[in-house]
Amino acid sequence: MALLEVRDLRVAFNTPDGVLEAVRGLSFDVDRGSTLAIVGESGSGKSVATQTITGLTSGARVSGSARFDGTELIGASSEVLRTIRGARIGMIFQDPLSSLHPYYTVGWQIVEMIRAHDRSVSTSAARRRAADLLGVVGIPHARTRIDDYPHQFSGGMRQRVMIAMAMALDPVLLIADEPTTALDVTVQAQVLAVMRRLQEDFGTAIILITHDLGVVAEMSDEVVVMYAGSAMERAPRRTLFYANHHPYSEGLLGSLPAKGGTRDRLTPILGVPPSLIGLPAGCPFAPRCPYAFDRCWRETPPLRMVFDDPDHASACWLTPVLSEREALRAARVDREPDQPQESASATRVEVRP
Amino acid sequence: MARFLFRRLALGLLIMWLISLAVFALFFIAPNDVARTLAGRQATPETVALISARLGLDQPIWKQYLDFLGKAIHGDLGYDYYHQVPVTEIMAQALPITLSLVAGGAIIWLVMGVFNGVVSAIRPRSFVDRSLTAFALFFYSMPTFFLGLLLLYFLYYQLTVAGYPIFPPGGYAPLSDGFWPWLQHMILPWFTLALVSAATYTRLTRASMLEVLGEDYVRTARAKGIRESRVITRHALRSAMTPIVTQFGIDVGALVGGVVVTETVFSLPGLGKTSIDAINQQDLPVIIGIVLFASLAVVVANIVVDIFYAVLDPRVRLH
Repeated sequence: MALLEVRDLRVAFNTPDGVLEAVRGLSFDVDRGSTLAIVGESGSGKSVATQTITGLTSGARVSGSARFDGTELIGASSEVLRTIRGARIGMIFQDPLSSLHPYYTVGWQIVEMIRAHDRSVSTSAARRRAADLLGVVGIPHARTRIDDYPHQFSGGMRQRVMIAMAMALDPVLLIADEPTTALDVTVQAQVLAVMRRLQEDFGTAIILITHDLGVVAEMSDEVVVMYAGSAMERAPRRTLFYANHHPYSEGLLGSLPAKGGTRDRLTPILGVPPSLIGLPAGCPFAPRCPYAFDRCWRETPPLRMVFDDPDHASACWLTPVLSEREALRAARVDREPDQPQESASATRVEVRP
Repeated sequence: MARFLFRRLALGLLIMWLISLAVFALFFIAPNDVARTLAGRQATPETVALISARLGLDQPIWKQYLDFLGKAIHGDLGYDYYHQVPVTEIMAQALPITLSLVAGGAIIWLVMGVFNGVVSAIRPRSFVDRSLTAFALFFYSMPTFFLGLLLLYFLYYQLTVAGYPIFPPGGYAPLSDGFWPWLQHMILPWFTLALVSAATYTRLTRASMLEVLGEDYVRTARAKGIRESRVITRHALRSAMTPIVTQFGIDVGALVGGVVVTETVFSLPGLGKTSIDAINQQDLPVIIGIVLFASLAVVVANIVVDIFYAVLDPRVRLH
């Protein structure tokens, strides 16, 4: 049994313009000690999904199931969720400056977290633990810096503080929501290294939410590619990078600069993501898909096994046979050497019921 | 921190000096000739000149100003025109009354405003939120004198007629007469003052809390598994208090100089009522004394607010 099993998660918000379906039937598993990367562009529902699982979204209509270590989280009481949050599921967020309270010292904030879950720990013991944690995540002079305020740390150091806090109670699952997006590249690598080391030492499972495929390549075991609130493709990391099935995954990788400059130009995905209010039937990616055909506009493709690989699933009507899919890809590359041709797809995005 | 304090104090002194200049100008802008008024209708020019000389009015203006400033700094604000009582003595009698009124009223409106604001912010646009907003706006739109008269009519007049004389019709009982009489005299004025001001604080707290509740660090606090009540108080309200404290300091500072309308309605002989009487009688030294004191209160309140700011927000301490 996986540590976290999410099945058909749906999250909708009432807005003045109608019902916004932020997450539309998302399913995934996270195994103990492994890293699942959830990839997608802004607004694809990645953060909403994980925050809903931990009970941090308010005012949403939620259905589906999320079993965490045998406990159903969807619909659980706020007290149950509260005791799980922090103690068993640690969380870190994108912007470490705004995510730490500006009025309290980092030590206070870590101590508060430890004591919120176990009153029997004395403040001085919690402080010692906080200082140790800051040392573990690589903050120099941790014993004195524990009394500093967040604004006295650099961006990378702040994210280390966040990681130290999230790991304070040795959680079995760490949800990292774009942990390196706000950091510059050299600091990114350091922060990722800290996370990886902690994972090895404590056997923590990680859900890594990101839109950075470089981070995915470096950290993940398995990848879920999200688009418009649902999973487009689920695959082990190598499979996703070298034998992806879904045209959206293909598009994401195509918009990355290739090592050694084998591509002259980047291939962007044309168009913009669809509005999540009153989404029409059919594949949500169809309007931007260079492969789209009749069926894509009529029926929503389910996530199904492709390439005869039980670990690989794709929500796409294209052929599930590896050689045929590769032939399609090759034909497209021939047709569009480095830039997709002007197609009707870009304007079709505007069509709404 | 020491430099910050020093700068604020220096700025405060500068402001007080400018105010002393402006206040001094009142002597000359005032339409009547003080010496002649004091001397009376029948006085000979010699008498007027004598009085003028005694008051120092025959000196050059700059000398008169230095004289005035020097005395004011030493706490000598002169004598009132009519009874030759030292102005400081008049103010010393009125001040405790105004302070009783402001302190009690401020505590009530702060507690009421912040509590209602927090409750509103926790469930925005809910029935509770809308009711509290309606409640706040109802009293906010009511002129102070009207609210005061309403409270007097129902809680003094009607209750007394019905045989429950709990509240007096006005006036003041000093604390030395006992706590209960003092409280009886103060409750209606307190609520008159507080109900009108609470609305501002309800709206301010609500807006401030709503903003802070959307902050990333509040999400972090929830992600840490902190109890919601603690998230609201220790994390959200702590940050939301900054604008409230600022407003509170300025309001209290401004009111200490006299709560004119409330004091008049309840015939409380505080600084507000004293200044109204002084203005009616053209009693310049008293007016000037109260104006100086009121501005000092505002300046001091602002410095206290700034210090409090630094205490509340560690980021301010560094600058």
